[in-house]
Amino acid sequence: MELLQYALDNMELLLTRTIEHISLVGVAVGIATLTGVPIGIAITKNERAAKTVLYIASIIVTIPSIALFGIMIPILSIIGQGIGYMPAVIAVLLYSQLPIIRNTYTAINNVDPALREAARGIGMSQNQRLRMVEIPLAVPVIMAGVRTAVVLNIGVMAIAAYIGAGGLGTFISRGISQSDPRQLILGAVAVSVLAIIVDYSLLALQKRLTPKGMERAAATP
Amino acid sequence: MIRLDNLTKVFDTPKGAVTAADHISMEVPSGEICILLGPSGCGKTTSLKMINRIIRPTSGKVFINGEDTSSLDTQALRRNIGYVIQQIGLFPNMTIEENITVVPKLLGWDKAKYRERAREMMRMIALEPDAFLKRYPSELSGGQQQRIGVARALAADPPVMLMDEPFGAIDPINRAVIQDEFLKMQQDLKKTIMFVSHDIDEAIKMGDRIAIFRAGKLVQYSEPDELLAAPKNDFVESFLGEDRALKRLNLVKVRDLASDEIGLVRPDDSLETALKRIEEYGYQNSIVMVNDKRQPVGIINAAVARTTSGHCRDHFMSVPVVVSLDDDLRKVASLMFANDMTWVACVDDDGRIVGQITQRAITHHLGSRYRTHSRDQATLDAAASLSPADKE
Ligand SMILES: Nc1ncnc2c1ncn2[C@@H]1O[C@H](COP(=O)(O)OP(=O)(O)O)[C@@H](O)[C@H]1O
Ligand SMILES: [Mg+2]
Repeated sequence: MELLQYALDNMELLLTRTIEHISLVGVAVGIATLTGVPIGIAITKNERAAKTVLYIASIIVTIPSIALFGIMIPILSIIGQGIGYMPAVIAVLLYSQLPIIRNTYTAINNVDPALREAARGIGMSQNQRLRMVEIPLAVPVIMAGVRTAVVLNIGVMAIAAYIGAGGLGTFISRGISQSDPRQLILGAVAVSVLAIIVDYSLLALQKRLTPKGMERAAATP
Repeated sequence: MIRLDNLTKVFDTPKGAVTAADHISMEVPSGEICILLGPSGCGKTTSLKMINRIIRPTSGKVFINGEDTSSLDTQALRRNIGYVIQQIGLFPNMTIEENITVVPKLLGWDKAKYRERAREMMRMIALEPDAFLKRYPSELSGGQQQRIGVARALAADPPVMLMDEPFGAIDPINRAVIQDEFLKMQQDLKKTIMFVSHDIDEAIKMGDRIAIFRAGKLVQYSEPDELLAAPKNDFVESFLGEDRALKRLNLVKVRDLASDEIGLVRPDDSLETALKRIEEYGYQNSIVMVNDKRQPVGIINAAVARTTSGHCRDHFMSVPVVVSLDDDLRKVASLMFANDMTWVACVDDDGRIVGQITQRAITHHLGSRYRTHSRDQATLDAAASLSPADKE
């Protein structure tokens, strides 16, 4: 009850922090999609490159976020961006690469070889094949990767409050430093609820983007 | 015309080099269907796919309508060759219309033209355009999907088509239907077609010519009847099966073997006349009775004619079995066995009797190595006589 009252009293701040959080994750995963999808497509042409890229991306994910922020502080300090927005976005961008690249790579690779052969046989160029057949068919799985990245990084972004990036994590960090369980719990609950809402919204978007006629085949990993 | 000149493919595999196609040379005349036939792994698909460069030849050349295709751009080459595969490969993200018009679009046709073409193709494959064009492949049955696959291959009206076991995944009943439809379309379209099959019956039914492959080599290349009549070696012979003589029955039409001599009676003839005629023609049991238009109306039994007197019109039995000039011998043989007959009367399109086909003629044909010349329909019609009396 006390918590609810506290949330209501701080509604405005909660909203600001939520928007901050969403925009941080949104920008980072957005950029990650713009880089990860082309990388995922490119590595389908070369198995060795694929192995290397996926390996590196997996290693990045194993780095604890605190450590990643720690590494970036001295590096980004060179351009005066050691803490705050920049390192937070870069960290999330890096973490997002694995699910996005991996799903793109898998989805394109898993396009039915018969379809690929049909596309070749009727005279589509490699680009036409990608644009007209392979990417549309891969969209559901690519979107699932984006979803994973977003949900995963809504959690990661909570920790970015420690390097002054803002977002819902500030409730948690203040709750801890001020020994205020209300702030702590409010932050934790808000992060979870946000993750669930965003996940479902993206699932809805994924369904919208799935080409008609293959809803039945749409993968939902 | 498609001409293969020493076309060879050697695959490098971890287990060593595999020669999948070994100096294949053959020519398919324009407008004909050539079936590549042979056991699994004998190189049919490899040979086919070298024509549109899905597989790059190790050596050898492919000529289409006299032109060496190695000088052509790969995409341009493929857009001019219809391609149908067993897995069908319709794009699930595209509507039926988008699937059919994909090649015309690649070729830069304008919208009105390719949309009209889609409707035309649907009519050709006997699917209602309005009911299907906006639907997606997953909403169609396997047979319908493969019809669309054929339509997609034909949409840009390519002179040449490659088909790799196109009807292999369709259930037998639908397969027969779709084969018939395709043959009917081909009568008008006259495409030059290479068609891979592992089914002898399909090959005999669809092929103007059949190329038998074994272990990467072309063993025999003949017209179906010649192939069945004169297999070149033991391999071909055993591949065709021990019932190959019977398979030939599918290939021969009644028209080809019918004799114009047939004894008939009229309702007004006496049973005595009927008996006399039965003996004259050497019929064992009966003779056909026809009306004024020479249409069969019944049969007179020899036993009845022998023991009874009177007119045929009062003593005939139910309408006899007849076959049409366009029926194949398989049907005739089946009717003969089923009805214990040594001959069957043949009728023309108007149901008028024009002659008969005998078991002896069929046996003789199967025994001869090569098919004799088809009889001319006109002679057959003109010569058909009502009674032997006219000739005597
Ligand atoms: N991509 C490939 N790599 C290696 N060997 C192949 C390849 N494709 C086909 N082969 C081999 O070539 C031979 C002929 O294959 P194929 O043309 O597919 O036969 P068919 O269509 O008559 O069943 C087989 O022995 C097959 O194993
Ligand atoms: Mg094959």
